[in-house]
Amino acid sequence: MNDNKQSQSPLVGLPSRKAYGKVIVELGHQNENIVALSADLAGSVNLSEFAKEFPDRFVNVGVAEQDLMGVSAGLTLAGKIPYASTYAVFSALRAAEQVRTDIGYNGLPVRIVSTHGGITFGVAGATHQALEDIAVFRTIPGMAVFSPADAVETAAILRATVDLDGPVYIRLSRVAEKTVYTQEFEYQIGKPDLLIPGEDVLLVATGMEVGETMDAVKLLEEKGVKAGLLNISTIKPLDVKGLAEILKNYKIVMTVEQHNVINGLGSAVAEVIAEANLNLKFHRHGIMDIFTTSGPYQDLLSYYKLDPEGIRDTLLQVFDS
Amino acid sequence: MEAKIIELSKIAAQIDQDILTTGRDCAVGVHIGGNLTLSQIMAVLFFEVAHLDPKNPKWQNRDRIILSKGHGNVALSSAMARKGFFPLEELEKFDTFNSMLSMHIDKHRMPGVEISSGSLGHGLSVAVGAALGAKMDKADWQTYCIISDGELEEGSVWEALMCGANYHLDNLTVILDRDMFTIEGHTEDTMALEPLADKLKAFNWFVLEVDGHNIKELLDAFNQKSPDNKPKFIIANTIKGRGVASIEGKASSHFFKISKEEAEKALEALKIADMEA
Repeated sequence: MNDNKQSQSPLVGLPSRKAYGKVIVELGHQNENIVALSADLAGSVNLSEFAKEFPDRFVNVGVAEQDLMGVSAGLTLAGKIPYASTYAVFSALRAAEQVRTDIGYNGLPVRIVSTHGGITFGVAGATHQALEDIAVFRTIPGMAVFSPADAVETAAILRATVDLDGPVYIRLSRVAEKTVYTQEFEYQIGKPDLLIPGEDVLLVATGMEVGETMDAVKLLEEKGVKAGLLNISTIKPLDVKGLAEILKNYKIVMTVEQHNVINGLGSAVAEVIAEANLNLKFHRHGIMDIFTTSGPYQDLLSYYKLDPEGIRDTLLQVFDS
Repeated sequence: MEAKIIELSKIAAQIDQDILTTGRDCAVGVHIGGNLTLSQIMAVLFFEVAHLDPKNPKWQNRDRIILSKGHGNVALSSAMARKGFFPLEELEKFDTFNSMLSMHIDKHRMPGVEISSGSLGHGLSVAVGAALGAKMDKADWQTYCIISDGELEEGSVWEALMCGANYHLDNLTVILDRDMFTIEGHTEDTMALEPLADKLKAFNWFVLEVDGHNIKELLDAFNQKSPDNKPKFIIANTIKGRGVASIEGKASSHFFKISKEEAEKALEALKIADMEA
């Protein structure tokens, strides 16, 4: 996918939510059944451009996330492909039952694209940080769950999922993620991307932590540790067999995510390790089952050891021997 | 008109009979009280008002019927079977393992059902979405949503009420089964809803109030055009457990397996009513 002949994507350096704002307009031109919805956060979730371009295909339900999901479910009865967007914490928790029953149980092609995932809205505090969304959405049968690393991967995932015959959840950031992909590519749903092979340990990251972990790999190299990096952006359907094939080449594996370590990427990977009987040392790194504090994003990243230095130190401490 | 009313009354009586026999023969019980409230509404909706094609249930221009009160599935199943969506014999398997028909609607198992429901307070948002979609396409099909009064205690219903009025959905009609009861008792004792019509009018809905067991009043309400592009809200005053003397108008009629003796008595009364109609 990193063919040098290709030019750099204009999306490089944008936060994933801004990439969403641009790609949804592109998709809207290609498919007139696409409808976008927000719950009084069109600007924040980057649907303003879509609303301007397609005023008749944009719906603001007001500050009403349960209605956002129910109305989206109903729009599919008229043959529409709704893109419902709000902050991750609200789509996963405030509207959880509408997502599960109206959209999931009915198997409807609603795309829930949530922004402000993880601790990326740091200053807003625990009420606005989403550390449960992956857990909630991966537990809903038939729901595909994506956690792109950056703007370019977000675009690839949006294009790859537009025709999926079922519900989709895509988790985006508030801030600009570190760049992982510079050129546009065709996304293969379910396939983990081994970005750096490494040999001593494998770091498995998702979403905004992929770029942070990429920098941690460099810091580890300075310490003489050759770490690999695996990006898992399709949390579900998880390529269990393919993942086990990669994991079995390593003796030490650590997952990194901006989510509660319970029931996020780390748990998903742990399930694969256990069921494939892989003999390796394993640690889940993320938010350790606590409610987070508030503050500037970079300060929070550092405090919760989710910046490159923190990831490096955690790995070295956990696997001291 | 008179002949039409007699015909629809007979269908409603058949739906009543199906509810009673299902309630008698089922494994553990059905929501008898809150299904007997729906017989006339289902008869009018499925056999006169809504445009449907049972042979082609996904026909694009069909009207969308959303039963938000998913526990009203016995009345819905009866109406849909009698309309020809599936064989009437399916009712005999109600609530048995993997049956097409269960306590709450499953659209994956029941042909012609728009959406699975059962959890209270969800259906109106879905109906708003369907009606919005029709507006976007300038399509002339209608959306009908049947809800219970207990559902109005859920906040999500009021989100949907705001939304329906905000988007001027005059292609959406809500039929409220106002039987005045939730599982725990009288609505006005548990969580008062009155003055309901005033509240709904204040939410910019076109509100009509009818006797939910009166075919003519129901037909007139469905046929009346909303002013100012407002969505329509029909408060259908009903009697919980109507037709079963021992439980009529009582909270205790909510969910149970009716005894053979009680069912026979109610069926006999229905036959007499049917003849009079």
